[in-house]
Amino acid sequence: MPGHFEPLPGGGAAVALDEVEISIIRSLAVQLLELIGPGPAENASADPLAELFAEGPSEPPSDPVLKRLFPDAYGGPGVEADTPEQAEEQRAHSAEFRRFTENDLRAGKRENALAVIRSLDALTPGGDGGAVLELTAGQSEQWLRALNDLRLAIGSRLDVVDEEDTDLLYRLPDEDPRKPMVMAYLWLGGLQETLVATLMP
Amino acid sequence: MGDVTAPAPLEIEKTESAEEVFAVPEPDVPWVTIVHNDPVNLMSYVTYVFQTYFGYSKDKATKLMMDVHHKGRAVVSSGTREEMERDVQAMHGYGLWATLQQDRK
Repeated sequence: MPGHFEPLPGGGAAVALDEVEISIIRSLAVQLLELIGPGPAENASADPLAELFAEGPSEPPSDPVLKRLFPDAYGGPGVEADTPEQAEEQRAHSAEFRRFTENDLRAGKRENALAVIRSLDALTPGGDGGAVLELTAGQSEQWLRALNDLRLAIGSRLDVVDEEDTDLLYRLPDEDPRKPMVMAYLWLGGLQETLVATLMP
Repeated sequence: MGDVTAPAPLEIEKTESAEEVFAVPEPDVPWVTIVHNDPVNLMSYVTYVFQTYFGYSKDKATKLMMDVHHKGRAVVSSGTREEMERDVQAMHGYGLWATLQQDRK
């Protein structure tokens, strides 16, 4: 069925994609890769050990999408600091957490986006440019995470910060410039919803 | 030898309960991982993550997801600070918005 993942017998999932859908997912995944940034390998020093022990950033990213993908680990709504001293302590702990985790988190998200691109590039399109994408259980897990990251990225760009915003998106007039992005956002949500259903333990 | 029926066990019990009273819990105060509500993350996906990563039952995972959805946040795990940092990193890997803090109970 178009736009819906279905479980494959023996594990994994399949979805029929047309030419436009393939190119939209691919292009969004490439944009996500560019946003997450190059891996350590691309600007690595000659010393592989230095790369292994390279520390990540200590400041939160300024881009709102990256800030959502790599949030502070201390603080947040409902657990705000009571005093300036506590706020400073939360900030310091978040910075330390970021130094030791953000590189790995970026690498993981990059891998998932790359897995999406590779599986699309491996498709053999039929005469109409469409193809049936078949994923193993392992690939499904990577697709699931990548679809979620793509939706977080688009959601941030569309300023979806509460449930009401999502309701508004459904009612956007056709001439609204955000309409194409909203259509992609909702369509990716359907893909993710049906993919997670195939994986539910 | 067989008639040693001293009231020693009683004394031991008393000592134990006294120790409990004066135990200093400070270093063992647990840390908790909190997942925050986010209108983008699908309810089914959040439930899936709780089941897959924490190994929770479908019922427990669903209840935690509903708490996140309706109350804005929920405590999803507790343990040492190191364990909670691992959980928070894993949640960020899944794209869930998570933080850790020392339990204030």
